Formats: sequence, structure tokens, C-alpha cells
Amino acid sequence: MGPQHYLLVSAILFALGVIGVLTRRGAIMILMSVELMLNAANLAFITFSRLHDQPDGQIFAFFIMTLAAAEAAVGLAIVIALFRLRETTEVDELNLMKW
Amino acid sequence: MLDLIWLVPLLPIIGVVINGFFGRKMTLKAVGLVACTVVGLSFLVTLGAVWQLAQMDPGARAHEVILMTWIPVGSVNGNEILINWGFRLDALSAVLALVVTGVGFLIHVYSVGYMSHEPDYARFFAYLNLFMAMMLTLALGNNLLVLFVGWEGVGLCSYLLIGFFYDRPFDERTGLTCADAGRKAFIVNRIGDLAFLIGMLYIAFFFGTLNFSELPEALGHGSASGALLTGIGILLFIGACGKSAQIPLYVWLPDAMAGPTPVSALIHAATMVTAGVYMVCRMSTLYNHAPEAAAIIASVGALTAIFAATMGICATDIKKVLAYSTVSQLGFMFAAAGVGAYVAAMFHLMTHAFFKGLLFLGAGSVIHGMSGVQDIRKMGGLKEKMPTTYWTFGIATLAIAGIPFFAGFFSKDEILAGAWNSGNKVIWGILVAAAFITAFYMARLTYLVFFGKYRGDQKEWDHAHESPRSMTIPLTILAILSAVGGFIGIPKVLTGGKDINFFHHWLEPVVASGGGAHGGEHGAEVAHSAGVELLLVLVAVIVASLGIFLAWNIYKTAGRSERLAKAAGPIYNLVRNLYWVDEFYERIILRPFYRMSAMFTAFDKWVVDGLVNLSGIAADITGQFVKLFQTGLVRNYALMFLLGVVAILFYLATI
Repeated sequence: MGPQHYLLVSAILFALGVIGVLTRRGAIMILMSVELMLNAANLAFITFSRLHDQPDGQIFAFFIMTLAAAEAAVGLAIVIALFRLRETTEVDELNLMKW
Repeated sequence: MLDLIWLVPLLPIIGVVINGFFGRKMTLKAVGLVACTVVGLSFLVTLGAVWQLAQMDPGARAHEVILMTWIPVGSVNGNEILINWGFRLDALSAVLALVVTGVGFLIHVYSVGYMSHEPDYARFFAYLNLFMAMMLTLALGNNLLVLFVGWEGVGLCSYLLIGFFYDRPFDERTGLTCADAGRKAFIVNRIGDLAFLIGMLYIAFFFGTLNFSELPEALGHGSASGALLTGIGILLFIGACGKSAQIPLYVWLPDAMAGPTPVSALIHAATMVTAGVYMVCRMSTLYNHAPEAAAIIASVGALTAIFAATMGICATDIKKVLAYSTVSQLGFMFAAAGVGAYVAAMFHLMTHAFFKGLLFLGAGSVIHGMSGVQDIRKMGGLKEKMPTTYWTFGIATLAIAGIPFFAGFFSKDEILAGAWNSGNKVIWGILVAAAFITAFYMARLTYLVFFGKYRGDQKEWDHAHESPRSMTIPLTILAILSAVGGFIGIPKVLTGGKDINFFHHWLEPVVASGGGAHGGEHGAEVAHSAGVELLLVLVAVIVASLGIFLAWNIYKTAGRSERLAKAAGPIYNLVRNLYWVDEFYERIILRPFYRMSAMFTAFDKWVVDGLVNLSGIAADITGQFVKLFQTGLVRNYALMFLLGVVAILFYLATI
């Protein structure tokens, strides 16, 4: 298995994430899709790290994991707050940010 | 004491701070006490400093205290200019400082009684103290710029105090309120001040100094062209015209009577309005080298003297009569300065401060006793009700009329002698005529107020009373000064050639002697024979007595003045309406000015504002269009985001 296979998996994961973000209506599912995209990026980073035999990519992967954890914490907190306020997590119903 | 002269303007500031910030919470007594104490201390410091100054050698009588470097201008036109904040006490500023603090103190004491029924007692005294501080800065400043600070400061205080009763109506004829009168004074003064400022900048630019210690030499060494000196002289004089109410800028002073009477006495009679005269005497070297400018001063002064005096004849408001009289007397001073008789000008400034201050305070006492009535047609016979006011007012009348051995006699006589000696007999003639009218209207005023039968309402007559002691004591002191104040300047001719003219010797070293409009060519004429001088004095005395006699005769018989007015017809109407000068200014200056303002307003409203509003409208329309893209749905944004990324990647892939 060459790096192209890993990158292909990464691309598929990312595309799945994007489709999830664009099509799902539940806020939690959208957050999970974002996680998917982040992990796709992780996979790409590690692939290139291995390919070039350099540690930078792995360091970035760790960074992204930390960030993903923080993002999930903040995102879920927002979702909970939203739910308390509006009794829903459907993003289509949260359309106040317009004229 | 000499090193403490900076305290003189500073002390009243302390009063301003105390009364201005805490006065509302203090008792009336405490407010009055603070205000009077600081001015009294100022007077004592001045007195001590002048006493020490008098011990010095006459030629070197000057002391400067530099407090700090104020404006280090640097090199201008090849001159190094450095402006300090400093004070200078010399023979000239000593006269003014003593008059200001002395008369000012008396008027402060008087105000304690006069203003006791008025609201805003503390505000009044804070303003009055501020005025003292500014006036003393003006008097003691060691260069023209410090003087100018005081000059503007007294203008501000004048404005504040004229408009003190800001919501009361003042003039039925024009419908002005007191606040309007204050604004009028301020704006008219601004015209003069602008010219003054320009003149001062010219001096700084071409002569490299504004210090009074260096100016005489700088101006006098003869390298400057006559046209430059004349121009500067005229510019400075326009400033003096504004401040000292000379033609054509005198119109504000009669309306300045809207202020409380002590203010009229202090600011618009005794001190501030004489600032222009002081300034001209300060710049005597300049005017000696600019005879054309001096001639203009003399002519304007003489014209103002007679012009304003005629207006005094027909005025019926007790304070207005005195206001026109002030304008007229200031004209005398300028005429004196213009013909080179600077000492006479300063002498008259001093005696005028005494007797005109007294007249105003007396008028205030009458108004106070009459519960606010100011119309002399509704007065009469008040001498029984107000004996002290009556005899002090009488002395002041005799003094201003120039009856022998009262203060005004000596100073007016010296002015007339100066005008005669300068060789300009026309000016002398005008001044003599003005002196005649002065005696006439003052006698008329005194008669209508204090003699004859009472013509007003019974209510006021029953209530009429002598003023409290805090008012009558200043009246008495000023009456004494008006009676004997002239003896410090007795002319040689009255002493059989013995030279005991103290005032002359005091001022001689500081003001450039001779010179003036015609002094240069006619210097020899100063050596008149004693006979001619005596004759001049005699003429002045006869003229004054005649004026009083005539007024007495006319007003003694009821109805005679009205018959005379009817006989004079259009002339009476012309004078009664003040020569329509206000209306003339309204037509010639104000209306075109308003029309121009309306034009500018339209331009501002439609063109300038239009452009601004147009840009606002443009932004609004753009926003209305762009807002359609904002759905508020996160997924739409994410989709746009994705499309953007794809577009960028596509672009990167193609290059």
C-alpha cells in the first residue's frame, strides 16, 4: 500500500465530512462531521510525515487532536445552551442571523 | 513687595476658585467677605510695591518679575523671539494697578450691599473677582501678549457680567434681553481685538519683541518705515476702539448697562474701558513715530467726545446718560493721547475712574432705593430721601463738569491745554464744546434726579430710602477722591510757576513726551505764556459753569424742556434715537451679513450635507442589496465556504 491509498481514504473521509455538514440538520451531527473532516486532515498529515520521513506532520496531528477536543467541548456547550434556549438543535430553525 | 507683584493678579483668582466652586454652599456674608478680602489684599500688595517703586530713582522706576517662559517662538524674520509670562510694575502700570485695585475694592464692598437681594450672589462675585484678576494681568503684563490675555479676559468677564441677568428683558425699543446685550458687547469687541492681534503680530514680526522694556527702543530707532508704524498704530487703535468704546465701535457700551450697576461702575466706567487708553499710552513711542496714526486717534477721540455727549442730553435712563458720558470722557482721553498729552490722558483716566465710578455707584444707590426704577423722568426731589447719595453724586457732577479744584477740573484742563499746545485748535474747539455739553447733561441728570418735584409713583417714593452703610461708605470715599484727587496734578499756571505737578513727574519717564499728532513741529509752542494758559483755564471754567447754569434754568421750569424738544423737532428726534446708528449698522452690516449667512446655510445644507447624505444613502442601498445573501442558515454559509475553497483550489491548479 502506497501513500496514495492513505490519501484516498483521507479524501473520502473529508468528503463524507463535508457532505455531513451540508446535509445534516442536527447540530450534533454537524459537529461530528466536522470532527470527521479534522481527522481526514490528520490522516493526510501523518501520511506525508511518513512519506517525507519528517516529524512535523505528526506534531500537527497532535495539535489537531487537541484542537478537536477543545472544539468539541465548546461546540457541545453551545449546543446545550441552544437547546435550553430554543428546545431544539435543528440549525435550520436557528436563522436569526440575518436581516 | 516688588517681587510679589505676581500676587496682585493671582489673589483674586483665589477668590474665583473659592466663590466659584464652593460659593453656593457658603453664606452670603462669607462670599462677600472672601471676594472683598482678596481684592483688598491685592490693593495692599500693589500699594506696598508702588511705595517701594517710588523710592527708586525716577529714571529707573521699573521692576519686572518673570514667572516662566511662555512661548519660545524661535527665530522669526531674523529676530529671536521669546515670550515670557511676566509682570512689570513701572510708573504707568502703577497708576492703572492702583486705580483698578483701589476703586475695584470699593466697588466690591459696595456690591456686597447692592447685590444682597439678588440670586446667584456667589456667581456674581466669582465673575467680579475673575475680572479683577484679568484686569490686573492687563495692567501688569510685561509684554503685549500678556496684556492681550488680560485684554481678552476682561472682555470675557464683561460679557459674563453684562449678561448676568441673562433672562431679563433689557431694552423695549429693540427687544434685547440682557444676554443679547452681553453678546453684542462681546462681538463688537471681537472686531477690535482681531485688529489688535494683527497689529501685535506685525510688531512681533518686524521688531522681534513684544516686551515693554524693549519696545520703545525697537520702535524708536528709526529703521522702520513710517507706513509700517502708521499701519500698526491704526490696527492697535482699532483694538482700543473696541475695548474703549470709540466711534465706530462704541455701540456696545450703552447696551452694556444691562449688567448690574456695580459692574457698570467697575468695568464699563472705571477700569476696563480705559484699557485702550492705557495701551495707547504704553505704545506712546510708536505713536510718536506715527503722527498720522496719532492724528487719527485725536480726531476719533474728539469726535467721539462730542458725539456721545450729545446723545447724553436726551437719554432718559439714568445709567444710559452715564454710559454716553463715559463714551464721551473716553473720547477726551483718546484725544489727549492723540495730541501727545499722554500724561493728561492717564490723569483723566484716573480722575474719571473716581468720579465716574462714583456716579455709577450713586446711580446704583438711587436705583436700589427706588426699587429698580431707572427712568429719570420718574424721579425728582430725591435729595431729602437720600442725603449721602445726593451730596456724593453732586460732587461727582461738579468733578466731571470741570468746576475748579475738583478732580475733573485738573485733568480736563490738562487735556484742553495739551490739545491747544499741540497746535490743533480744531480739536481743542471740539473738546471745549464737548465739555460744555458734558456740564449740561450732568447738571440735567442731577437736577432731574435729586431736585424739583417727584414725578414717579407714590409707592416707590414711600419706599425710597438711603442705601446701607456698605454702599454709602464707598460713595463717601470716592467722593473725597473726586474732590481732592486732582491735586496730585496741579498745572504750573495755577501755582504761579511753581512746579508741584507730582503726577507729571511720576509719569514723565515712562511715556514718551511731546510727539503726538503735531508735537514734532509745534514743540516750541509748549512754551506758551502763562497768560494764554490762564485764559484757557478760564474758558474751560466759564464753559462748564455755563453748561450747568443753562441746564438748571431749563429744567427748573416744568415743561420748558419739552417745549424746547418740540422746537428742536427733527434734531431732537435724531439725537433721541441716537442718530439711528444702531439702525444704520443693522441695515449696512447686519442685514447683508444675515443674508450672506443664509446663503452659506443653504450651501451647507444642500451641497455639503447633500454630499454627506448621498454617501450615506449609497452605503444604505448597497447594504439593502447585499443583505439578501445573508440567510442566517449555517449550512448555506458552509456551502459558500466550500465553493470558495473549490474555486481557489481550481485557480491554484490552473497556474
